[in-house]
Amino acid sequence: MDKLEYTALGQSVCHCLLPNGLNIYVDVRPEYAKQFAFFATRYGGMDLRFRGEDGEWLDTPAGVAHFLEHKTFDTEDGNALQRMAANGVDPNAFTSASMTGYYFDGVRGFEENLRTLLSFVSVPWFTPESVAKEQGIIAQEIRMCEDDPNDEAYYGLLEAMYVSHPVRNRVAGTVESISCITADTLYQCHRAFYRPGNMVLCAAGNIDPQRVADIAQEVLPGAPAPAVAVDHGRPEPVQVGKHDTRKTMAVSMPLFALGFKGTPAVGAEGLRQRLVAELICDMLFSPSAPLYSRLYEQGLINGSFGSFYSSSPGCAFVAAEGESRDPERVRGEVLKEAIRLGREGIDPALWDRLKRAAYGTMVRHLNSMEDTCIELAEAHFNRADYLSFPQAFQSIERADGEALLREWCVEERTALSVILPEE
Amino acid sequence: MQQHWKRLADGVELSAIQTDKFKTGLLAVTLTIPLSGETATAGALIPEVLSRGSRNHPDMERLSAATDALYGASLGPAVRQRGESQCVSFLSSFIDDHYALDGSAVLEPTAALMGEVLLDPVLQEGAFRRDYVESEGVNLADRIEARVNDKRGWAVFRLIQEMCAGEAYAVDKLGSAQCARSMTAERLWADYRALLSRARVNFYYGGAARLERVEDAVRRAFAPLLTGRDAPVRCQVEAEPRGPVRTVTDAMDVTQGKLAIGFRTGGITMASDDYPALVVCNALYGGSANSKLFLNVREKLSLCYYASSMLDKVKGLMVVSSGVEFAQFDRAQEAILDQLEAMRRGDFTQEELTAAIRTVTGSLRGRQDSQGQMEDDRLTGVLFHAAAGEDGELIKAVEAVTADQVAGAAQKLKLDTIFRLTGKEG
Repeated sequence: MDKLEYTALGQSVCHCLLPNGLNIYVDVRPEYAKQFAFFATRYGGMDLRFRGEDGEWLDTPAGVAHFLEHKTFDTEDGNALQRMAANGVDPNAFTSASMTGYYFDGVRGFEENLRTLLSFVSVPWFTPESVAKEQGIIAQEIRMCEDDPNDEAYYGLLEAMYVSHPVRNRVAGTVESISCITADTLYQCHRAFYRPGNMVLCAAGNIDPQRVADIAQEVLPGAPAPAVAVDHGRPEPVQVGKHDTRKTMAVSMPLFALGFKGTPAVGAEGLRQRLVAELICDMLFSPSAPLYSRLYEQGLINGSFGSFYSSSPGCAFVAAEGESRDPERVRGEVLKEAIRLGREGIDPALWDRLKRAAYGTMVRHLNSMEDTCIELAEAHFNRADYLSFPQAFQSIERADGEALLREWCVEERTALSVILPEE
Repeated sequence: MQQHWKRLADGVELSAIQTDKFKTGLLAVTLTIPLSGETATAGALIPEVLSRGSRNHPDMERLSAATDALYGASLGPAVRQRGESQCVSFLSSFIDDHYALDGSAVLEPTAALMGEVLLDPVLQEGAFRRDYVESEGVNLADRIEARVNDKRGWAVFRLIQEMCAGEAYAVDKLGSAQCARSMTAERLWADYRALLSRARVNFYYGGAARLERVEDAVRRAFAPLLTGRDAPVRCQVEAEPRGPVRTVTDAMDVTQGKLAIGFRTGGITMASDDYPALVVCNALYGGSANSKLFLNVREKLSLCYYASSMLDKVKGLMVVSSGVEFAQFDRAQEAILDQLEAMRRGDFTQEELTAAIRTVTGSLRGRQDSQGQMEDDRLTGVLFHAAAGEDGELIKAVEAVTADQVAGAAQKLKLDTIFRLTGKEG
């Protein structure tokens, strides 16, 4: 086990690489009552086309990663969820565009629960009956999401911004696409993506890092497997596919998602890009910045207004979302302000203050073992060192922010997705 | 971890949990008043208007600049309901001094800023600024009307409205949209003055700083609030339904139905001897992933996408919340109630009971890892108990719960009201 020291944060993380290719990170916290483990694969809703074991390219239906996530809890001896729940922990999982993660937290039986987690995730067990039954459950979940106007606005934005990149697909797929999934599909995807070399294990709490590594070594397959080739389609053009999309739903007032399509960066640059892009979000969309107050005072936005940066392999964007009586005007005002800032430059005092606030906010998030483990896992997949953020902040200049504004926040890279109330 | 509790004046208290396990401190001030249709809107609106600006930081931009300078400290209002009380709070989470890049203290200036926002607002002709009241009134009204967007929460909200109609408990803690839209600066100012002088006041701090430092910071920042007041906190517990079971159905444009079912706990609340048994009963019935509702109604019968139960430990209610296909309403409802019958008969295994107890004690212990949850628990504790170390005792009591006691708690549950949210067609 190597110990990675982050003195500025008063934090250390133990790391090791097992012979089978699995990376393990352990954040030891003697004071915490809970222990947390997060076992993730670099595989999500956008990874639909990949090369199978026979060397042929395989196209799988939208929603298969998420479907697999649901079915992974099944084992030959029953459902792992209940086995772990009987042990006092509440395991769960999520699927994003580029990652599937399984986790649990609990206050006792950590080692036994870790064994169960590693075992049910790595040993597939699917039957035609259980797949058919899950199709009903997931169809319900998909319908529930289709009733959620925030989700609809978000996916509307992705579909508008991206021409062909598979991030356009709903992570859960559609009722139609998941109807094509069979037990065989799931086995193929599991074999391709659930190999230790494509996964990461992060744990935190009052635990012994060496025991985590020993258990992983015991439970998981010992032999390394080659990396899987994934195809995300043609490179995306810099401009958005379309500038506008709208839909009508049962909402009390219009809801929107406004996006600026970016150019993704990787590795240490990826972490810097995230920090710069998040500062630009603050600069344009946070209450600290002049635009926010102006829009708020004109009644164009309300407290629901927020923004974020998002990236996955092959795509990166910033987005703002919220409710507004006039989303069109919000877009106009945001673009005008972005162009002004790019031309006239960013106020140095404001920039320094936003940097300080962003740093403090990231320190605050380290309280959460869950957030920390998920960040460590994401950073691992992106070949970045998350906890180096204090140094990354020091290296970021105002000019970086202005460059990003001039490059991303322009008309041709802007899309607006609106959910309108029914008449 | 050390717990402190101190009376600063009659009806004004400071409680603190000193621990260095977090990288942050959490400071909160909570003003508690009886929940009523007359004042609820003002209670919800006041902190929003205050958040727009103080005399020294008169607009959001300048106020944000102040929190940015405190390393991005969060400073925000919260309106919570505890039984028939409305709790109006400001909460702030801020990095511990240790991580401040320039080595300056963060606790004292954060407390000072919170005090300033609560007690020294920007004024116009001796009252709140009219434009702030007007726009926050509109925002609050929008928020109240937007409740309907979250169908899962909406179904439970509608259930409570129907079930507790006539009780102050059913008053929306956010007030009414109509009242929010028509609120005037003068009226809100009068309610604000009344809130400051009459409410029960609870300060809370969780973090690494010593109690003396916290008390000193609080006394300086909130001096005008440290006056004695007679502010008891009461809750009206209805042990039994007032009449036969009612079913209420609303139709909306949704693709999935929602079924919410409300029970009275037969008078069991967090202060009751059989409360630990009820908590275990809820976990076993619908409060965890190995609960009867999850395993049988969702997994075995596939009747719901989700089905869970939760308790209001102050008021003495249990609510089942589920999402179902329209065609399955009757079957799902029957299955949910059948599972409760099984609980009443004691039809569960020792393993299920042990697992439920573990789930409960695990979640109680785990709450100690979150500053926000510790604050929330402590607020309930000081408002209705004023006893320290209560969680440790609860864990012990939960561990000792027997199968008979769980069945006994289930037998006390009385079905009161059923709410169905169905589609517009079919």
